[in-house]
Amino acid sequence: MREGSGSAGNCRPTPVKTDGKAMRTDAENTHITLIKPASGWGTVDFRELVEYRDLFHFLAWRDIKILYAQTVLGFAWAVLNPAIHIIIFSVVFGKVAKVPTEGIPYVLFSTVAVIPWTYMSQAMTQSSQSLVQGQNMLGKIYFPRLIFPITPVLARLVDFGISMLILLGVSIYYHLEPTWNLVFFPLLVVMMMSVAAGVGMWLSAMAIRFRDVKFAMTFVIQLLMYSAPIVYSAASIPPQYRILYSLNPLVGVIEGFRACLLGLPMPWPYIWPGLFTTVVLLCSGAMYFKRMERVFVDVI
Amino acid sequence: MTDKVLAIKAENLSKCYRIGLKEALPDSLSGAFFEFLKSPLKNYRKFRSLYTFDDCDVEAEDLIWALKGVSFEVGRGEVVGIIGRNGAGKSTLLKVLSRITSPTSGAAEIRGRISSLLEVGTGFHHELTGRENVYLNGTILGMRKTEIDRKFDAIVGFSGIEKFIDTPVKRYSSGMMVRLAFSVAAHLEPEILMIDEVLAVGDLEFQKKCLNKMEDVGQEGRTVLFVSHNLPAVTRLCQRVILVDGGRIVEDGPPGAVVRKYLNAEQGGGAAQEWTDLGQAPGGPVVRLRAIRVRNVEGEVSEVVDIRSRFGIDIEYEVLQPDHQLLVRFGLRNENGDLIFVSFEQDLEWRDRPRPRGRYRSTAWVPGNLLAEGMHYLNCFISTIKPETNQVGEYSIVAFQVVDTLEGDSARGSVGRKIPGVIRPLLEWETRFEAI
Repeated sequence: MREGSGSAGNCRPTPVKTDGKAMRTDAENTHITLIKPASGWGTVDFRELVEYRDLFHFLAWRDIKILYAQTVLGFAWAVLNPAIHIIIFSVVFGKVAKVPTEGIPYVLFSTVAVIPWTYMSQAMTQSSQSLVQGQNMLGKIYFPRLIFPITPVLARLVDFGISMLILLGVSIYYHLEPTWNLVFFPLLVVMMMSVAAGVGMWLSAMAIRFRDVKFAMTFVIQLLMYSAPIVYSAASIPPQYRILYSLNPLVGVIEGFRACLLGLPMPWPYIWPGLFTTVVLLCSGAMYFKRMERVFVDVI
Repeated sequence: MTDKVLAIKAENLSKCYRIGLKEALPDSLSGAFFEFLKSPLKNYRKFRSLYTFDDCDVEAEDLIWALKGVSFEVGRGEVVGIIGRNGAGKSTLLKVLSRITSPTSGAAEIRGRISSLLEVGTGFHHELTGRENVYLNGTILGMRKTEIDRKFDAIVGFSGIEKFIDTPVKRYSSGMMVRLAFSVAAHLEPEILMIDEVLAVGDLEFQKKCLNKMEDVGQEGRTVLFVSHNLPAVTRLCQRVILVDGGRIVEDGPPGAVVRKYLNAEQGGGAAQEWTDLGQAPGGPVVRLRAIRVRNVEGEVSEVVDIRSRFGIDIEYEVLQPDHQLLVRFGLRNENGDLIFVSFEQDLEWRDRPRPRGRYRSTAWVPGNLLAEGMHYLNCFISTIKPETNQVGEYSIVAFQVVDTLEGDSARGSVGRKIPGVIRPLLEWETRFEAI
């Protein structure tokens, strides 16, 4: 199933062996593939993923292009989608329910949360369906299967970037100044992508066998949204539950983005437990995916 | 074989699929309701069992062994054809070797960069332009972007759709799409190429172009595994043929011998059609067709006929209304759809004579060394005359393959390449020589 190392060629007597040197060059230049029954837990072959980087590029491009194909507004949807949520939340939770936001204007408060959330919910949903949607390809050609759930995680970053325009607009309106906290922005983006990738790997591998995942996804996304401090502030959680609460990696991501973009003190107590969960999610997701990988084609 | 550098070495490859047993149907409403409640658990167990073979009992009745202990070696630069009837395990073998699915047991070692083509146009998306699809499909097949950049003009040139390359492929005709997709595939330059029946696509002109391209590939010293039903193509392109049946290798050797063995093993199938139920048989109140058969020189129904020997075509029909004069005939078309000839029943006993009720069987013998290699399709017509009215008209009712086993005594002589032409008669040649 996996690429073998060059040494694998030496186990077998090569009939044309003339001298040791010639044989070594032969083994070095030849790409050796070993096919054997997959068993146990596989490991991720990063070298192979790097070899297929161009495929990532074109699959992501396809995802981006076809999402807004034949729409009038095109990429404007990348802005409209979070913008509409921000407006709804600002009216319902800001004006009507008057959710406490520690003095931050509600529009600002929700903008910095809705933008990463929109990315995560879309990346997770698409990632979880990636294998099922790609099942035709799955049975026809080999390439590292991990490319399927990872592609939406990369592709949706473009929307994420575009939707930052809203933040720009809102920041100008509220005269928000950039602070040094912005240095943590890349870390939060990586964490946000990792969460989406971890969930995506778990759910896509499950969805290929149990199509129930598709139906459950609607509720999972809704549940996740209310589990994270998107419409409310994490400060409203009673202190004794804080550790438990912040094990949810979304909490760290959302609160982190909020602090990083609004220039508040970085909420590390929320981020560390979330980071721990993220790593666990990512590793276990990759392991589960690799384990299930060998039966994907047989259970479609 | 020991003096070759190996490209593929497969040892004892087996692949087992669990097909799942027939579902037990509840026999009452309450039973159905109870089953419905239990079904999530049952479904879970069922899906799980699809991929757990821990209890892999070789004789379990819901297991199918698509491959069973397949071992073979392919030397570098060999062009090997894999033939066998549907479900013999040819495609599974290719899927295992191209890493699409993993074997249940056994191992294989492949030395060299592999490209597998089980389908043309994998990953093509309707919303993307031709150009974008070339890049997407190319990378899916394992090419690098730089490699595609380099070959892009050649790919587009080969497909012949330069004008539409920046149009979304949803505006393409299906033929154009296939041409573009095949062009990408044709420009793969792997060390080992595995192809599954992808040549059965596109218009005929283009198919020929692709077959020629394949021939080039074989001559460039690349290792090729070629799964196909197209026996003439296999015989022509491959130096060695492996016959697979029931998940095992039955025969492995030079194309002529293996193809002949396959042909002998094949009994009937597409070469005969019978209608036991008169009501379902083609025709009308006057006459109905009962059977059509292609027989080889030994008189056996056969899908494959040797290019050198004569073969028979049986037409069986039943006359239901007496006193009609009948015109019984058949036509042969080749795989390009060209009509090769039409032949009318020539038995003097029945010419211009009204026929009594009953069952008739007319046999025509087509001489050897007449038809060209390839698939042939038979059309059959029966009409009444004065005025001529069609009673039976069936197109492509049976099909058979004319095969040249390359033993040197056919019209091909010692020519190895594909020979064009609708027929291939063996003519008397005479060459006179005068020294100058």
